[in-house]
Amino acid sequence: MSKPKVAFYWCASCGGCEETVVDLAEDILGVVEKVDIVLWPVAMDFKYKDVQAMADKSIFATLLNGAIRSSEQEEMAGLLRRKSQYLIAYGSCAHLGGIPSLANQFEREQILKFNYEDAPTVVNEAKVRPQLKFEENGRHPHLPELRNVVRSLDQVVDVDFYIPGCPPTPNLTKAAFAALLSGQIPPKGAVLAPDTALCEECSRKASKPSDIAFTEFKRTHQKLLDPAKCFLAQGVVCMGPATRSGCGAQCTEGNMPCTGCFGPTSRVRDQGAKILSSLCANIEAKDEAGINQVLEGIPDPVGTFYRYGLAKSLLRRKVNLSANRVPSSK
Amino acid sequence: MSELTPPSPAAWTPRIIAFFCNWCTYTAADLAGVSRLKYASTTRVIRLMCSGRVDPQFILDAFRQGADGVLIGGCHPGDCHYVEGNYKMLRRFQLLKRLLKDLGIAEQRVRLEWISAAEGERVKTVVNEMTAQIKALGPLGMPQAFATWDQEVSELARRTGDAGEVESQEPVAAAK
Amino acid sequence: MVSIKQDIRIGFYVCHCGHNIASMVDCPEVASYVEKLPGVVLSRDYKYMCSDPGQELIQKDIKEFDLNRVVVASCSPLLHEHTFRTAVAAGGLNPFFFHMVNIREHDSWVHTDRKEATAKAKALARAAIRRVAHHKALEVKQVPVNPDVLVVGGGIAGIHAALTLANAGKKVYLVEREPSIGGHMAKFDKTFPTLDCAACILTPKMSSVGAHENITLWSYSEVVKMDGYVGNYTVMVKRKARFINEDLCTGCQECVANCIYKEPKFTDEFNEGLGKRKPVYIPFPQATPQVVLIDPDVCLNFKRGVLTDKCKKTCVEACGDRKAIDFKQKEQFTEIKVGTIIVATGFQTFDAKRVLPYGYGVYPNVYTAMEVERLVNASGPTSGEVILRDGRQPKAIGIIHCVGSRDKKTNRWCSRVCCMYSMKLAHLLKEHTGAEIYNFYIDIRAPGKGYEEFYDKLNEEGVHFVRGRVGEVTDWGMTPEEEGKLVIRVEDTLAGFVRRIPVDMVVLATGLEPQADAQDVRRLFNMSCGTEGFFLERHPKLAPVNTFTDGIFIAGCCQGPRDIPDTVAQAGAAAAEAMVLIDKGHVEQEPNTAYVLPDCCGCKSCLPLCPYTAITFDEATKKAVINEALCKGCGTCVSSCPSGSIAQNLFEDEEVFSEIEGVLAD
Repeated sequence: MSKPKVAFYWCASCGGCEETVVDLAEDILGVVEKVDIVLWPVAMDFKYKDVQAMADKSIFATLLNGAIRSSEQEEMAGLLRRKSQYLIAYGSCAHLGGIPSLANQFEREQILKFNYEDAPTVVNEAKVRPQLKFEENGRHPHLPELRNVVRSLDQVVDVDFYIPGCPPTPNLTKAAFAALLSGQIPPKGAVLAPDTALCEECSRKASKPSDIAFTEFKRTHQKLLDPAKCFLAQGVVCMGPATRSGCGAQCTEGNMPCTGCFGPTSRVRDQGAKILSSLCANIEAKDEAGINQVLEGIPDPVGTFYRYGLAKSLLRRKVNLSANRVPSSK
Repeated sequence: MSELTPPSPAAWTPRIIAFFCNWCTYTAADLAGVSRLKYASTTRVIRLMCSGRVDPQFILDAFRQGADGVLIGGCHPGDCHYVEGNYKMLRRFQLLKRLLKDLGIAEQRVRLEWISAAEGERVKTVVNEMTAQIKALGPLGMPQAFATWDQEVSELARRTGDAGEVESQEPVAAAK
Repeated sequence: MVSIKQDIRIGFYVCHCGHNIASMVDCPEVASYVEKLPGVVLSRDYKYMCSDPGQELIQKDIKEFDLNRVVVASCSPLLHEHTFRTAVAAGGLNPFFFHMVNIREHDSWVHTDRKEATAKAKALARAAIRRVAHHKALEVKQVPVNPDVLVVGGGIAGIHAALTLANAGKKVYLVEREPSIGGHMAKFDKTFPTLDCAACILTPKMSSVGAHENITLWSYSEVVKMDGYVGNYTVMVKRKARFINEDLCTGCQECVANCIYKEPKFTDEFNEGLGKRKPVYIPFPQATPQVVLIDPDVCLNFKRGVLTDKCKKTCVEACGDRKAIDFKQKEQFTEIKVGTIIVATGFQTFDAKRVLPYGYGVYPNVYTAMEVERLVNASGPTSGEVILRDGRQPKAIGIIHCVGSRDKKTNRWCSRVCCMYSMKLAHLLKEHTGAEIYNFYIDIRAPGKGYEEFYDKLNEEGVHFVRGRVGEVTDWGMTPEEEGKLVIRVEDTLAGFVRRIPVDMVVLATGLEPQADAQDVRRLFNMSCGTEGFFLERHPKLAPVNTFTDGIFIAGCCQGPRDIPDTVAQAGAAAAEAMVLIDKGHVEQEPNTAYVLPDCCGCKSCLPLCPYTAITFDEATKKAVINEALCKGCGTCVSSCPSGSIAQNLFEDEEVFSEIEGVLAD
């Protein structure tokens, strides 16, 4: 009996998710023993054509990390969807759009111009931009096109399960593998992490007072952080109450507040709206000026509340950006 | 930067989702009815027990589903039927306004008003004012925006065909 | 997006409400539109859904078509939600498998374009269809009603309500802020149009209150705090220090006679400042309770209200063994528990100084109507003789109507009683002085039993009526006969020219206003005020003594200006409404409480949000817990829970989201 085939793929991501697979350490041997890895560009040399040649659904499971923001990533997502029995959005970017989807606040042109012209570290006097098609030594290579909108994986193709996190923890990864390989298939669409918010597993939980009333919000660099006290009790925005647990509260253990990478619980449609609602409701001031003064401590609500999930938020993107529809190529 | 261009401005009337507190603004809207005041037919009222129940998700979802504006009606400060629910809404509203602005939704599209049960006239004024402001802004058209945004994805799906293999290695034409 | 569960079978009804809805909304079109929506089994339009046949139709359809959800599009749910829930329950369904769409108050009555109004009705109906699919079966909770009643305000309204309840065997607390009950009526001389003496008809009622075994009368007291909900209110009453032990005082007034001040020399509030009283006094002879009080601001034993013990205390000596005087008395706070509350806090009269051209406070012989009530009263400061501030008897008197009423500069409303009391005073003044009396009016409003006849009687008595709003009252005489007189300048709109009428006395028929602290009282009892500041009734016609807070009723002029017969009728109605709750014994509570889901992470963010401390933290499970009995169902914690772990019956997230989605799905 042949071993189930597994593929790993990365799209718009930092590579951190791949690190998690490596972080399985010796456990990876257990995984490798039970499966055949048929695609893993970051570690092994396979060709796309090999995948294309495979029969549909012949891959047991594909773990795809990264957001989808280029034509090539869309193609690969589509290809792997067809070839895989189970497609798993792996990590915050594939799950929710991740940090790359903060780009949904800007026009594609703004992004290209900054990255290839205006960024202080760029030297590009000729203002050369990546071309979709160009000639080099008589050859005609082409490059993928950057999309206007950054998307989560499920905004492009059908997704079976989600493993959250930036990056997902080795434990969750191992547990997901164990479940799938033992035939305990979770319900479709399941996020393979607990459905309770982070406070449940945060060691600082007991130090959260029951009568919190915010008089200020401080960012982490503006305050000496108490290593044991609930961040909210210190007036520091912590996304923990609005974020799924399952990470082992690593950030709060490391004296940093939760930034929300595991995304919302299944009962919430918009993580940012929910933490906003909770934080604001508990502000002490009752008049507009007083309230606004407290809120000055949150200078960038989008970046704070949607750090990992703008693509999957209710509004998805800054609404007044142009769409620059791709013209038909007939 | 202006918002999305209206699809067909002539045939368009704004749609405003109104979340009204049962005890004040909802009753005021009833009073406006009993008094036969006339105002624009743009609002669709959703009754909640308190403006404090207005989840910011409701507001975002209303925009997402195609609302051009969202109006929240609560009791005057100090008059909340549940002591302080209206303050909680006010606090959320202050940050939500900023968040919406950052996400490209004009400030006039979302409005928080204190309207007591006796102020039927105020319901009329606020609805008419807001309707005029939103008419001037044009449609927000989120569902249409989503469709337009996602054309770049469906375009690829169309070209690759159902069988899945990429038919052509021709790169996608550059956008203007 | 439109995913209605397979087993959902919705019946939809759109009501014509006669022409009220049907004239602006195409009801058959709405019905045929809704019929095609997923989950809808049956869709009808009907003339009057709230009628018996309408309700029976629902019941019949539930059985015949096996409906498990019902939506009615008609008027405001605040009006008929209960009616239809009851009908649905009678049809054998849980009453909460029902949702109501408001297409009358929020649609047909406020729009002018039939097409738009119909489109709106469809949108609202579609939202309800989607919402109702998510509805759950809920249980109505019954809470016992404390049979005791609090009546706030001891004017004729409060007195009548308290007596009605007490006579029915209910225990009543009557709280009055002044030293005696009686209110404004106690100050009146006669009452229109029958001219029976106010004291003669009021005093027996006041004594009954004082003597009634079922009434606890606390005068000189104020309600300072109210908590709880219908059937179970906890009220804190502040009992101000009157420096007299009420239980020991017999009302003999020996102390008053023996006060170190031999003559009364301080402003007498009861007589509108026209008379004097001593520091120890009883407000008026028929005061109830018959208990004196000491005014620490003027009593020699105090200095600026602080006890000095420097007076000889002849009063204490006079009181003797009764030992009723207690200079050390402090204000007391007493907590009481009642099930229902009747607010009858009355009105204040308009401050005539606000209408500068009429010269009140400038010309001594310009009086307010209340002052004249005392002036013509046999127990008043002049023993009923009409003697002006300058000692003269008036030979010509002008009564100016609508002072602080029907006036955009002051109060826009009609105070309803001024025409009648002005005519009453005209009659009394004529009777007392034989003077020529002029009434200056805008319109004579005499809509009551025997009122128009009273107007006719006045005409027969030779009282003059001049139609026109008075421009000014001046002491600047232009002719010898105007010298030393007050001249009323008015455009006689019937004669069509401006007249100057010299008189000796001007009476300003001041209007009725909300009490100065009406806003505080409103907040205290969780009521609403109309734009003019009077307390707002739940429904102007169908619930005129109810407020938006269950178990709190209003009676008398605190709800709006009215005369004594109407006030008494309303007080009786309020008492009856309270008795409905008491005799039923329990109230049904809307099951819209919030509850914590098992996946709560215990972040405690919700705890400080609840004003009723219904949310606590369970140290064993490390999760939040909501006490259903304390939860009032505002839903603030629900919308604020960062992990979506609190839900609210009747207003579940899914229900609201489906409503949003449905209302916009066109």
